[in-house]
Amino acid sequence: MFEIVKRQEMADGTVVMNEISAPQIAKKAKPGQFVILKANETGERIPLTMADTDPEKGIITIIYQIVGKSTALFKSLKTGDCFQDVIGPLGKPTHLEKLGTVVCVGGGTGVAVMHPITRGLKELGNNVFAVIGARNKDLLILEDKMKAASNELYVCTDDGSYGHHGFVTDVLKDILEKEDVKLVVGIGPVPMMKFVCKVTAEYNVKTFVSLNAIMVDGTGMCGCCRVTVGGKTRFACVDGPEFEGHEVDFDELMQRLQAYKEEEAIAYEQFKNAGGL
Amino acid sequence: MAQKAGKKEKIPRQGMPEQKPEVRRRNFKEVPLGYTRELAMKEAERCLQCKKPSCMEDCPVSVDIPGFIKFIKEGDFSGAIHKIWEKNALPAVCGRVCPQEMQCEGNCILGKKGEPVAIGNLERFVADYERENGKGDIPEKVERTGKRVAVVGSGPSGLTVAGDLVLKGHDVTIFEAFHKPGGVLVYGIPEFRLPKDIVYSEVKTLEKLGVKLECNNVVGRSVSVDELFEQGYDAVYIGVGAGLPSFLNIPGENSIGVYSANEYLTRANLMKAYLFPEYDTPIARGKNVVVLGAGNVAMDSARTAMRLGADKVRIVYRRSRQEMPARSAEIHHAEEEGIEFYLLTAPTRFISDDAGRVISMECLKMELGEPDDSGRRRPIPIEGSEFELECDMAVIAVGAGANPLLTQSTEDIELSKWGYIIADPDTGKTTKKAVWAGGDIVSGQATVILAMGAGRKVSDSIDNYLKWGW
Ligand SMILES: Cc1cc2nc3c(=O)[nH]c(=O)nc-3n(C[C@H](O)[C@H](O)[C@H](O)COP(=O)(O)OP(=O)(O)OC[C@H]3O[C@@H](n4cnc5c(N)ncnc54)[C@H](O)[C@@H]3O)c2cc1C
Ligand SMILES: Cc1cc2nc3c(=O)[nH]c(=O)nc-3n(C[C@H](O)[C@H](O)[C@H](O)COP(=O)(O)OP(=O)(O)OC[C@H]3O[C@@H](n4cnc5c(N)ncnc54)[C@H](O)[C@@H]3O)c2cc1C
Ligand code: SF4
Ligand code: SF4
Ligand code: FES
Repeated sequence: MFEIVKRQEMADGTVVMNEISAPQIAKKAKPGQFVILKANETGERIPLTMADTDPEKGIITIIYQIVGKSTALFKSLKTGDCFQDVIGPLGKPTHLEKLGTVVCVGGGTGVAVMHPITRGLKELGNNVFAVIGARNKDLLILEDKMKAASNELYVCTDDGSYGHHGFVTDVLKDILEKEDVKLVVGIGPVPMMKFVCKVTAEYNVKTFVSLNAIMVDGTGMCGCCRVTVGGKTRFACVDGPEFEGHEVDFDELMQRLQAYKEEEAIAYEQFKNAGGL
Repeated sequence: MAQKAGKKEKIPRQGMPEQKPEVRRRNFKEVPLGYTRELAMKEAERCLQCKKPSCMEDCPVSVDIPGFIKFIKEGDFSGAIHKIWEKNALPAVCGRVCPQEMQCEGNCILGKKGEPVAIGNLERFVADYERENGKGDIPEKVERTGKRVAVVGSGPSGLTVAGDLVLKGHDVTIFEAFHKPGGVLVYGIPEFRLPKDIVYSEVKTLEKLGVKLECNNVVGRSVSVDELFEQGYDAVYIGVGAGLPSFLNIPGENSIGVYSANEYLTRANLMKAYLFPEYDTPIARGKNVVVLGAGNVAMDSARTAMRLGADKVRIVYRRSRQEMPARSAEIHHAEEEGIEFYLLTAPTRFISDDAGRVISMECLKMELGEPDDSGRRRPIPIEGSEFELECDMAVIAVGAGANPLLTQSTEDIELSKWGYIIADPDTGKTTKKAVWAGGDIVSGQATVILAMGAGRKVSDSIDNYLKWGW
């Protein structure tokens, strides 16, 4: 059993942060790695990236958006409640190195995933631009933390309610025009990552993205998470989740994410009707 | 026991009562219902109690077959189970899933002229009888040695090693990647063939004996083999199975609705997706399903699809019926349940609709040529024989490989060119000191009983090491 020691709602309650006691995982985890969580006996195995870890206290932090039954079930867990299973760390850690100027582009809950990577890049002495975005001001998360983790932070909202009015890709373009950027990391909704890669391809800048394919085991035994990268089938859980963005077949990924659309709707409806969130 | 064979053969082989095909093809309950005491004793009567029992030669763990059958004949089921336990710790499992026709029963003398003794059914009967009626006595605890052994993987080989070594007085901890123990017995083989409660009850027995179980531990990620030694383990056994799914590497394979058998069966069995939405994990409920391959894994996938409501399920196999590697009982059961066989047919690509969902599969007809390395006749495509098979779901069950997760993160363990661990055939020792390996990760996907046999050898070797050194 893995106890939730701290819990906080963010972005108008659409996003939740949990600090979970998992000493063994906290000790081993590196930026970019994820865990798989299962709330209870009948639960699904859900992959979430660790947004932070504290090896001394034995704590891992997850930040997740409520998008369906399982994340809604997670939201219903209170401080002191437990996840039945937490497995990890899984996936390859982000390869962090000193390159010069780098840009970290995060959208939605992707900002949470981006935070430890941004911090890691800065700690290595890179000049880190961070660009974060959300649909509106209320949905923005981790602004302060991202400010601290980067050298310069740009904030965008789709509706202009805060920061730059427009998409993260507009700001990214400006930076690419002005600076000698060595690397871009883009993490967020699949369409966002696709457009980030489109932009960076024009400037010929190496780009990493983190792929959120549907997963079951997370250890390379089922092939559920397969993605096409550079024309080859790869398993996001063990070969990734990070991949060279310009090689990724985003359209296939978007389609595969729809595989259980009908079932997901049924499960979420039932949960809500039964008095869930 | 000088009775004449002629007299005994008059008793026909006692079939095991089964759920009717029309009923069972839509439920997940076990298919064969088990012998009654009377049926078991009658079947036991058939055994000739051979002086040199040929049946035993082909049991990989040399169960004393006439020995335990004699006890059944006399109605001493407790005596029978103790006889089996001398060699086989998981008889309820083996009685159900061993390919008996290729092992014990395949070499029973009665099979030469008529039907062999139903050794598997009898083994299953005594194990079930003991579980349901026995006193649940467990062997007495022996003196502790203070030595610690880490067993990686809780499939049949890992469970065997753990059980043997705890009985020899060592402290054993099993590390399992999944949230539940049992390996393929739990995530692969379906409930209707091997009820999961049976596996858990075997694991419970091990825990009662003192084995510690650490689920959610992916060795190679959560902890490395070298770290296990740092934590004070004296020996490590690797029994991680052959859990890498094979794909066909043909166009369209990433279409929605195309599954690896590992994914399909894991969703259905381990995650209980057949009970969705009571359980949260979803699974596609194809109406027109194709399954590629003809081994046990393919039969299990096809029969699962039928139970999930398919109208039509077709096994597509590139060789002929003779070469189908599944247990004969499962092929028979599958046919009874209405699964069709498309033989001498090989897929060449999957075709999907605009949403990326599979709608059909293009195939080629094959003919059989000369025998290949495996001694089976090689299938050769017939030119221009392309045709399309409509389908809304496909399961690829064409074998499995070695998952590199653990081996890549562990130095000094020599691997074969296919990534399997190289281990000494007599002891299971790997090229790394104090590390053993066995089961599918050494042999490639084989059988439950072979994995257990490998585990047995390894535990003797580990015990020797802990007493005398490498
Ligand atoms: C490596 C990885 C890291 C991730 N990190 C985060 C994170 O830090 N924060 C966050 O908010 N989200 C993260 N996700 C996405 C998160 O796993 C899904 O949002 C979650 O599984 C949705 O479950 P649900 O039942 O609530 O929604 P559902 O109703 O099941 O699905 C809603 C959406 O989630 C996707 N999804 C469903 N099941 C899975 C699954 N088992 N694995 C992956 N995606 C699935 C579906 O494509 C669908 O679009 C990550 C995904 C992966 C693969
Ligand atoms: C669908 C299916 C049907 C089958 N039917 C039959 C049958 O009817 N009869 C028969 O005799 N055989 C059958 N087999 C084959 C048989 O199940 C296997 O040969 C046998 O289970 C192998 O045992 P094992 O102990 O080597 O490994 P497995 O049973 O594969 O167990 C390995 C365990 O190790 C765990 N693991 C893997 N990696 C790690 C890691 N890094 N860290 C921690 N744990 C890890 C896995 O999660 C798993 O639990 C079937 C196989 C399948 C897939
Ligand atoms: S263990 Fe398997 S092969 Fe051996 S006697 Fe039992 S059923 Fe037959
Ligand atoms: S070979 Fe057949 S008849 Fe002889 S002992 Fe074995 S099971 Fe009995
Ligand atoms: S999630 Fe099963 S292989 Fe990646």
